[in-house]
Amino acid sequence: MDLSYTPEETAFREEVRTFLKDDLPAHLSDKVRRGQELTKADHEEWHAILNARGWLAQGWPKAHGGADWDAVRRHIFDEEAALAHAPRIVPFGIHMLGPVLMKFGSEAQKSHWLPRILNGDDWWCQGYSEPGAGSDLASLKTRAVRDGDHYVVNGQKTWTTLGQHANMIFCLVRTDPDAKAQEGISFLLIDMDTPGIEVRPIILLDGSAEVNEVWFTDVRVPAENLVGTENEGWTYAKYLLTHERTNIAGVGFSNAGLLAVKRMARQVMAGGRPLIENPHFAARIAQAEIDLMAMATTNLRVVSKAAKGQAPGVESSMLKVKGTIIRQEINDLARRAAGPHALPFASEAVEGANDAIGPEGAAMSTGRYFNNRKLSIYGGSNEVQRQIIAKTLLGAAR
Amino acid sequence: MNFDLTEERQMLQDSLRRFLRDRYDTATRNRILDSDTGFDAQIWSDLAELGILGALFPEDRGGFGGAGFDIVTVFEELGRAGVVEPVMEVLLAGQFVPDDLLDAVIAGDTHFAFAHAEPDSRYDLDRIQTRAEPDADGYRLTGRKSVVQNAEAAEIIVTSARDGDTISLFSVRPEDTDLQAYPLTGGGRAAEMILDGTPAMRLTENALPQIEAGTARAATAQCAETLGAMETAMALTREYLMTRTQFGKPIGSFQALQHRFADMAIEMEQARSAVILAAHHLDGDRQDRDRHVSMAKQLIGRVGRLVAEESIQMHGGIAMTQEYELAHIAKRIVLADHRFGDTDHHLERFIALG
Repeated sequence: MDLSYTPEETAFREEVRTFLKDDLPAHLSDKVRRGQELTKADHEEWHAILNARGWLAQGWPKAHGGADWDAVRRHIFDEEAALAHAPRIVPFGIHMLGPVLMKFGSEAQKSHWLPRILNGDDWWCQGYSEPGAGSDLASLKTRAVRDGDHYVVNGQKTWTTLGQHANMIFCLVRTDPDAKAQEGISFLLIDMDTPGIEVRPIILLDGSAEVNEVWFTDVRVPAENLVGTENEGWTYAKYLLTHERTNIAGVGFSNAGLLAVKRMARQVMAGGRPLIENPHFAARIAQAEIDLMAMATTNLRVVSKAAKGQAPGVESSMLKVKGTIIRQEINDLARRAAGPHALPFASEAVEGANDAIGPEGAAMSTGRYFNNRKLSIYGGSNEVQRQIIAKTLLGAAR
Repeated sequence: MNFDLTEERQMLQDSLRRFLRDRYDTATRNRILDSDTGFDAQIWSDLAELGILGALFPEDRGGFGGAGFDIVTVFEELGRAGVVEPVMEVLLAGQFVPDDLLDAVIAGDTHFAFAHAEPDSRYDLDRIQTRAEPDADGYRLTGRKSVVQNAEAAEIIVTSARDGDTISLFSVRPEDTDLQAYPLTGGGRAAEMILDGTPAMRLTENALPQIEAGTARAATAQCAETLGAMETAMALTREYLMTRTQFGKPIGSFQALQHRFADMAIEMEQARSAVILAAHHLDGDRQDRDRHVSMAKQLIGRVGRLVAEESIQMHGGIAMTQEYELAHIAKRIVLADHRFGDTDHHLERFIALG
């Protein structure tokens, strides 16, 4: 039992810190710290900086241009990046599609798409959820019918994150409507410029426009854009979900969030003294910090298993539930710390006009609180995760 | 980074777990609970022979362990089996007694008790009113010690008292004191100890820092013991959910219970991580050590209550019976929050330690 990092890992952390200090542009970290929406150009700029260093595709093997970091190194990077207020890596190409193509894609697909992901030539989005297929994803209905060298796609995807920036979408589509739900699904790569595709923004409750509906009407997709075998898409989707689970606990976000709450609570006065000295508020912060310390250790246990090549099992679901509960609690604490300054509407406040209202972080605390209610809903809702845990632990009880 | 036990600790864990599974079943334990001494002399000497007591102390004190992870490895197994034998008292008092006495205890030949808490001290380590006065043969102690576990069986009781401006530790013989003994709800026995000019030998001067360090070790051990007990509660509850049938189905097929069981499982991982963190920081500086002990004790106190109460609830009526294993285990879990500081105490201390 040894919780310390090796000298190599500690040196690596220093290297990451130096890189972030030198190469992370202030205009990006300022935006992240203040909770402002990043533009497409912002994301592309950060990706290009990471790619120039060879640190964009951190988990990819070197042969495909990745950094080939193990889980411990990726964890260290995530921690440092969150503390430095770096933009997150947009996951769709790097974390999601890339690993699927490497595992299941044809040679032609690999050599065509993987370099384009690294170079930022394509912006990928994910076509999974549908209005009628959320937690029950396998009930998806978007239909793809083979017609010569093409598939003809009809249907609707939703909650498509940053789809407004995307030129490509990877989609789960139903190719065999008569098979069992999981067995008639295929994995298609679709050019967003194809006629018949329409992207409609969904404005979220915090005013942000990060998700979209994507409509498909008689969209013709070249058959060579099928990944793997027809009707085997569910297998690839499940593989992708295990990769989506990296950094599922969000330890870095929670660490940074808790520091911000403490900063604000030291600055804000309540009853004539700093809010952090209020015993009720201090108790809630301490409670969250204790939970976070334990969860971060659980995360390290999973990371250290993963670094040894053992696939995380039910622990992923546990980390997802606990990690999101803690993040949401910290979001709630930030909103409360802001007091009356949580009332102004954020997108106005952060864009300059109301900048002077309240302490730093106050203006965006409400928006972030509401926006992050999504954490316990997406990526398999926390109820679905509990179901997975129960099924694993109580498998025999039916 | 490596979260595996060393080979030695793995062997210790295996042999202790096997011994307790074979020799410490519910019926045996319930017989011990009802006994006059509150522990079993044969089990005690067998535990000593297994090396359980030696594992709690470093080599220079005649043991072969003494690190945080040695302690939590032992106590997790003791907790898993709901062991009531007074191993905690050895851990607490052992660090203050002379080497020859410690040797005898490690060999299983004698017993210790640790008398520190007083009627009004609650969980504060520095709130001591018992006074020591020097006399020709050593010292005389006057005051009252509260809930002194294993006091009757102890050969010596390590007792704290005000000694001038500081707190010192003394060795007291139980037969020289007025002991008012009683059984404990979670097993074992304790006593109110009344000292009235009681003769004593001074063991350690200015002992508060060592009492704090010793209590940090004991609190960490208590966390590990509770983790082990919770593992048993989880295993019993899992088994029950899968076998108990109502409305024509195993009750574990009902989502209302599945999700609650999943939440317990999530909190169990939190508890395991808390024990690992506390054990890792046990030999750190005072602030670092106590902050992590408070973190762990606070979290385990909360998770303990959840696991104990939910296990009882999911079992239904059977958990209300004294003879069922869960009854004793649940008591150990809940009452662990009443030793070495409860969740409120440790939350406050965690905040104070920054």
